Amino acid sequence: MVASAEVRVARCGGSRINFIEPIITLDSRFLLCASGDAVHVYSTSTEERVHVLQGHVDLVTGLRLNSSNHLQVYSCSLDGTVKLWDFTDGILIKTYIVGHKIFSLYVSKFHEGTVFIILPMESSANTEAFQLVALHLPKTTGPEVEARDILSVLRDVSPIPKATSFGRGGEFVASASGLQLSVYFFRKQKTYRFSLKANDKKGARNRFTCVASHPNDDCIATGHEDGKIRLWRNFSQKKEYTYSTEHWHHSAVNALHFTPEGTELLSGGVESVLVLWRYGAGSKKDFVPRLGSAIEHISVSPDGSLYCTSHKDNKIVVMKSSRDISAIIQGLVKGETIRTDLLIDPRTKALVCNGKPGHLQFFSLRHDKQLYNLDIVQQEYIHEAGLHQCEVTKAAIDAQGSWLATVEERQENPEELDIILKLWAYDESTQSFHLNTSISMAHEGQISAMCFSGDAEATMLVTTGRDGHFKAWLLADHPDAQGEGASWSCDYVGSYHRREPTRCCFSADGSLLAVGFGEVVTVWSPSTWELLVTFSQPPGDIRDLCFGRLSCSKYLLGTTTKNLLCCWNLLTCSLEWSSTVDVILLQPDPLSENMAAFSRASGSTDLFVFKPSEPRPLFSQKAVCSGTVRRAVFAPREEVLEGCDESTQWLSCSRLYFLTEHMELMTFSTKSEEDQIIASSKQLVIDDSVAVTPFYLLLGKHRKSQRETQDSVSSHTAARIQLPQGSPAIRELLHTPAHVLPSASFLCNMFVNSLLISKSGVR
Amino acid sequence: MASYKATRIPSFPRLGEKVTQDTLYWRNYKTPVQIKEFGAVTKIDFSPLSPHNYAVTASTRIHIYGPYSQEPVKSFTRFKDTAYSGTFRSDGQLLVAGSEEALIRLFDVSGRVALREYTGHSKAVHFTDFSADRFHILSGSDDYTCRLWDIPSSAEVSRYSEHTDYVRCGTPSRLNPDVFITGSYDHTVKVFDSRKERSVMTMDHGQPVESVLLFPSEGLLVSAGGRYVKVWDMLKGGQVLVSLKNHHKTVTCLCMSSTGQRLLSGSLDRHVKVYSTTTYKVVHNFDYAASILSIALAPNDDSIIAGMTNGVLSVKHKKHPEDRKMVGGTSRHRPAYRVFVKGKNYMPKQDDFLVRKREKAHLKQYDKELKRFQVSKALDSVLKPHVRLKTPEVTVAVIQELNRRGTLKNALAGRDEKGLSILLSFLIRNVVDSRFAPILLTVAEMVLDIYMKVVGQSAVVDKQILKLQELVEKEIDYQQELMEVLGMMDTLFATMTAKKEAAALQSRAANGLVEVRGGQDQMVKAT
Repeated sequence: MVASAEVRVARCGGSRINFIEPIITLDSRFLLCASGDAVHVYSTSTEERVHVLQGHVDLVTGLRLNSSNHLQVYSCSLDGTVKLWDFTDGILIKTYIVGHKIFSLYVSKFHEGTVFIILPMESSANTEAFQLVALHLPKTTGPEVEARDILSVLRDVSPIPKATSFGRGGEFVASASGLQLSVYFFRKQKTYRFSLKANDKKGARNRFTCVASHPNDDCIATGHEDGKIRLWRNFSQKKEYTYSTEHWHHSAVNALHFTPEGTELLSGGVESVLVLWRYGAGSKKDFVPRLGSAIEHISVSPDGSLYCTSHKDNKIVVMKSSRDISAIIQGLVKGETIRTDLLIDPRTKALVCNGKPGHLQFFSLRHDKQLYNLDIVQQEYIHEAGLHQCEVTKAAIDAQGSWLATVEERQENPEELDIILKLWAYDESTQSFHLNTSISMAHEGQISAMCFSGDAEATMLVTTGRDGHFKAWLLADHPDAQGEGASWSCDYVGSYHRREPTRCCFSADGSLLAVGFGEVVTVWSPSTWELLVTFSQPPGDIRDLCFGRLSCSKYLLGTTTKNLLCCWNLLTCSLEWSSTVDVILLQPDPLSENMAAFSRASGSTDLFVFKPSEPRPLFSQKAVCSGTVRRAVFAPREEVLEGCDESTQWLSCSRLYFLTEHMELMTFSTKSEEDQIIASSKQLVIDDSVAVTPFYLLLGKHRKSQRETQDSVSSHTAARIQLPQGSPAIRELLHTPAHVLPSASFLCNMFVNSLLISKSGVR
Repeated sequence: MASYKATRIPSFPRLGEKVTQDTLYWRNYKTPVQIKEFGAVTKIDFSPLSPHNYAVTASTRIHIYGPYSQEPVKSFTRFKDTAYSGTFRSDGQLLVAGSEEALIRLFDVSGRVALREYTGHSKAVHFTDFSADRFHILSGSDDYTCRLWDIPSSAEVSRYSEHTDYVRCGTPSRLNPDVFITGSYDHTVKVFDSRKERSVMTMDHGQPVESVLLFPSEGLLVSAGGRYVKVWDMLKGGQVLVSLKNHHKTVTCLCMSSTGQRLLSGSLDRHVKVYSTTTYKVVHNFDYAASILSIALAPNDDSIIAGMTNGVLSVKHKKHPEDRKMVGGTSRHRPAYRVFVKGKNYMPKQDDFLVRKREKAHLKQYDKELKRFQVSKALDSVLKPHVRLKTPEVTVAVIQELNRRGTLKNALAGRDEKGLSILLSFLIRNVVDSRFAPILLTVAEMVLDIYMKVVGQSAVVDKQILKLQELVEKEIDYQQELMEVLGMMDTLFATMTAKKEAAALQSRAANGLVEVRGGQDQMVKAT
């Protein structure tokens, strides 16, 4: 067991982009958001990612525009640094080392040379106390500067960024923590604290959730746990402060933001409705409903033309002030749990898993971008806490990618269980899945496992249920149902001694079906439904089952709850080998014989990669991640990785992705691969004064080529006579979709020019 | 901002018999006209002449009815005992009938008194008919003989006494005047040729033969007796072609549709089955109130007439499309076609800039209310009579949606007597429907919880609650019985030793499980 230094665990895409509030640049062209330990720069018009600002080594927790130079941005991170970036070029300008974990960052126009950060209080022993400090940024040159000039402003603040806000003209800062609102006046250097009761007779829950200050009025808006919004005025006195209350949200207000002119107050919460309150007009308000998921943060562009909401489902919505949605930036949706397995769509090579509630998401791992969402439940989602929602619990895709099976489940109480098994057919013309069959209550109990047979001619689906049966479903043409075409129906119901089936698995060619019943593995022939053979390795129930592939297809592997990994030979019907490993997950590679087994060992997870034919691992790595691995999947590579040595051979045709306990998507990468990536990224010439749009691609390139051709024409007097088809302008013209072409009058000139044979050439 | 997703109305697989072309055709008859006769109706015969009157033989009378009259246009009452087999001649002028008195009488359809009487049989004559040449009468009698009579001279031409039991039915060949077929209680069907002394063909039906029928081509013969209907191939020398056993009591009568493509059989089990003559499968089934003794189809299948043991004659006329028009009265004047296409048939020119109107999604009333979170109003809108009576699945789907949103209780509460009574009547109508039962039971529980305090204040509501309780109790008993039946069936299946068979049955049972409740429903019907 040699731990190879060549292979390392790498975090791969799909990190949260809704962790902190996104910011929009002054010209409203770019949107910046933190994503893990990087800052992503998106174009607000095309949703394309323009740059990734990489440099932090821990989670980015704050992001603010530099008030003195609007092309620069400050970011802070838990690694104790504040970095200044030029986001148009993607260049790190400066790093200020603070030396403490930074939880939030604020910039005030009226405090030049100073940023405000929230740090944990050093003095007190408990780590739960935080303070807001002013950090003076030293003006020394050099890329890395130590910044130790710290001045405490407010103590006992909340580490949540949206609970602190700078008021009109930077005169005061308001911060809410728990039930207390603190306002600090810089000029008077005085703090006023206002407290609310935890709850009153009417059952109000007054805990503060967020704070926003009016940009040019002495007014602070606070959001509360019970959905109330309070507008505080006259807070420069201890006693005579006043507040007015507005109430529309039925649960906590998650985000509040004033527009730059202060005419509107934007609020959002679990209801996923953006509420626009007119400032100073009582409770007059507008709504932008059905934004898809709970609103976490709201931000507004400095010119007030764009609103931006970031949502719980890792999504950022950019809308114009006319309330038309202009862009949606969607990351990998990760809930608290992921109930479906990780799947790979054979057509798009996309990762398929639970997405938005009631949806399946197709996420392209290569481009780190969500392709689309498939609505499985097809019901209006009611955004209300504590409601039992219909969840997609199982999904399976057949080997050709033409059928998708999903199970959705809704359980209000133990007696009332709602299960719907749905089968979706891939439609070539619309390039998406369409509902073919919907079977309600396919099993009396929950469906515990589901798999498609690999047989290309007759696709079969097998489901196992907690009711003690496994069912086989076949696609059948019903002649009676006029004009409906083929639909799925039950072909066989099997059971084994009234035990509960837990796992099922088809062999690669679909000729054998293995179903695990408690501690017994039964092997069936799907053509005749005969029970061929049973295997059992008591004690310990079967946890996972899978058949070997390619040259190892005569082996069946199973793991039990009593730390046993068994390999049965199907030809001799005997146990080939077994090993005492507490395997929690067994994942076969569809392109090779390799199997990946994740095993639990004292708080972390180990990985073994082996071939079923020999009980010796090809590769093993201890402590792949802390905690257990939830799901894993082998995704085929675009092209076979060259230059792999023995220990990395298993990574040559496919990549192993896995999801950790903290819902982080990880993968394994080899050193040579990383080198390649770095090399290729250097080659990319970054020309980014203009956002990359189809127009830019067409005209920008053309201009460049024109310039080049001019140069070449002037230098080489004996230029070749180009055929019209060969000229770059014509090629561009022919290869660009018509709807993105500029107007014909513009192109005409170019076209005619390209046809002309230049004088110098003739001579 | 995603658009609002409308409530999904689940479509349930249609249970019971499938609607085929045949079902549609045979359903296209009006509700039957019932005419009471004096005794069991033993024979119905249509006149071949338009307007196709029909003769009904019942008790001691033969009535002749017009095609749409409910009163007889003529009746022959000169029988001293039960009359049998009143049959028209092919020209529609003469009618012959046998009787219990062992006499055969010949009537002029326009006259009243019998033209001739043929004596010679010693026992009741159950079968009489004319030969194809119109000059002879065939008869079959309980004295085991069948005879051929000359009409003008009332003389017996020939006599066959080959049958060893009562001769109760027969049919002449329409193509050959000399050939006729008789069926007897001695289980045989015999083919006679009047030019020969003896029968030319004998077929063993296996049961007392109640009725025989020749196909229009006369290549095939149908015989009915016992529970069987058998089809014989005459050209192969009387081989049985197919044996049908679809009735569970004696089949008494047979009849052919005008095109010869459908065969009808009536039985004492009160059913009339319609068979396709190409596949010999039952394609339709009629139910009647009493055991059927005779059945006839009018030319062109314009009406189906069945005579029953209790003396009731059931006449079903075909629906005609023009009938409906008459009922509808004068049609309302509608706007002309061009009103609807106004401005919509303009073809955009090549350079026109097309501005499309945004497609507006039309939501149903209940969806509009649900979108606004007006739960009570949404429920009200689906409890309107035309929704809850015609499409209860919509009502149930909305209730399910409310339940999913956790606001069902709010929607149900706060109803007055009228609203509550509508709700309860909907429950009573649908609570035992297997498709809706799970959610409607929840609704019933909630309604009882909410309105427990007002019980006793309204007589209407109290009555409905009691009715609901009764219904639920009855259903529980029902289900219990069903489970017992299932248990019995399980033991039966368990006794089947053959492994293959058991497997097949299991898989069939499994198919049933997909629509488990549906299966139970069907079983309820079966039991």
